[in-house]
Amino acid sequence: MKRDDHTLPYAVTWEQGVAAPAGLSDPVLSAQRVEKTYRNGTRALDEVKLDIRRGEFISLLGPSGCGKSTLLKMFAGLEEPSHGHIRWWGKNLATVGTADHTLAMVFQEATLMPWASVEQNVRLPLDLNRMPRTESDVRVRAALKLVGLDRFYQAYPRELSGGMQMRASIARALATRPNLLLMDEPFGALDEFTRNRLDADLRKIWSEQDLTVVFVTHSIYEAVYLSSRVVVMAARPGRVIADVPIEAPGAGGMRDDAFRISPEFMGYCKILSDYLTQANQEGGDHDAHDAAHH
Amino acid sequence: MMPMTPLITNPRFLRVAAPLLIGVVLLLAWQLLCTALAVPVYLVPTPSVIAKTLVADWGLLSDSLLVTLKITFMAFALSVLLGVAIAFVFVQSRFIEVSLFPYAIILQVTPIVAIAPLIIIWVKEPTFALVICATIMALFPIISNTTLGLRSVNPGLLNLFRLNKASRWQTLRRLRIPSALPYFFGGLRISSGLALIGAVVAEFVAGTGGTGSGLAYQILQAGFQLNIPRLFAALFLITVTGIVLFLAMMALSRVALAGWHESELG
Repeated sequence: MKRDDHTLPYAVTWEQGVAAPAGLSDPVLSAQRVEKTYRNGTRALDEVKLDIRRGEFISLLGPSGCGKSTLLKMFAGLEEPSHGHIRWWGKNLATVGTADHTLAMVFQEATLMPWASVEQNVRLPLDLNRMPRTESDVRVRAALKLVGLDRFYQAYPRELSGGMQMRASIARALATRPNLLLMDEPFGALDEFTRNRLDADLRKIWSEQDLTVVFVTHSIYEAVYLSSRVVVMAARPGRVIADVPIEAPGAGGMRDDAFRISPEFMGYCKILSDYLTQANQEGGDHDAHDAAHH
Repeated sequence: MMPMTPLITNPRFLRVAAPLLIGVVLLLAWQLLCTALAVPVYLVPTPSVIAKTLVADWGLLSDSLLVTLKITFMAFALSVLLGVAIAFVFVQSRFIEVSLFPYAIILQVTPIVAIAPLIIIWVKEPTFALVICATIMALFPIISNTTLGLRSVNPGLLNLFRLNKASRWQTLRRLRIPSALPYFFGGLRISSGLALIGAVVAEFVAGTGGTGSGLAYQILQAGFQLNIPRLFAALFLITVTGIVLFLAMMALSRVALAGWHESELG
């Protein structure tokens, strides 16, 4: 492989807008009384109110059937809410995809095209947006470098391990230089060691880029490790029961392995675990959400 | 017992050698049985007599083979073109598919022997009539497999394309067509054999009416003349054609899907 990586800046920085976008205090994403009821009458999600601000790392944490994936799909515009509405940068979905309002999503599975190389897979969203080759080349290289796959340009997905496929999938999302990155249990199928390493790398990427992340998970540990704020959800009906900021060391940057075994970490896990247990015992207790901040 | 050589343990060698060995054993048994029981040549000719006839009648048989091959290939090509075009129309909307698919099934369930005489009456040009019959036979697997393939798209990838606001054309070219390829090649494999069968059946029907020059016509004529060795020789050529077609489709599919599809790995 040709090694001309040195011609690129080491850590590729996002092209931030020269002037801050109008209304900096506007949330990146805002769910206003969003509900989802399926046609067969199943209530997937009960009235959610949620504002996500620029630079936050939010986890949606909850058991299966709590509507966290449904909520994320609505954030991606892949599903319509039955009631209420969602605003992206204060506007509707049509504004997403412009230069400084880009949204990308990483799915539960790597969803790579098996017939295409890693490079072609990562380039796909750029090709779909008709980006000139010279520009997309730079972005694909940068994104693959960020996820540590820069030696696997020409590899095919089947030649990669599960963790590396997920890295390629993340690179594909990062190549679009998203302002908002939605991740739907991306590491759920990976073993614990791989998952921890990817969590650490993701946290590092987030801290280095101007990136707002909404991350769906059912792992309490993963949520605490990654997030600046954890939104706890319960099932039947799917609803938000708590909103817990994680103000732990390293909130502004890297969280190392020591954080995983610190008393603060365990403390947060206990809080989240208590909310989840309580929600399961009480069934449909809607008032639990007032107890969020204490 | 033969000494074990590395060649025999090689699975690739085995894949070719084992069926060949079975073939040789069967031919030998056939030859020996016919000779031992003194079966008359007009009932069951021995393989050696068939081989001799194949050589002696090669001029006649090769001309017929070319005719049958021409019809087979024309019908096959036409089925691929039509089948793929129809599949693309079908996947444009569920409504189109639901309204038209039952009529596609008619192609599959209509016995070609029953409608071949009609087609031969309606279509003056004999070659064209035969091509139509063989096409009707070979068309359905292409339509159904390609339609299935174009619909069998990973939902996650489809979401990714939607998220990136991909146009219909982009989704078709970059997602649906590559996803459909393995199914398409499966259809090709079935359809190639059916095109040959369709050509032979249509030639039979046309041959009964006195016109024709393909291998099926030779079989018919040889049967009337009790020239059983020639009948077998023609039959042999049809079989070989079918096998060669099948292998060619396998090779094509291997080349096209090599490196990514499960069916062609390992």
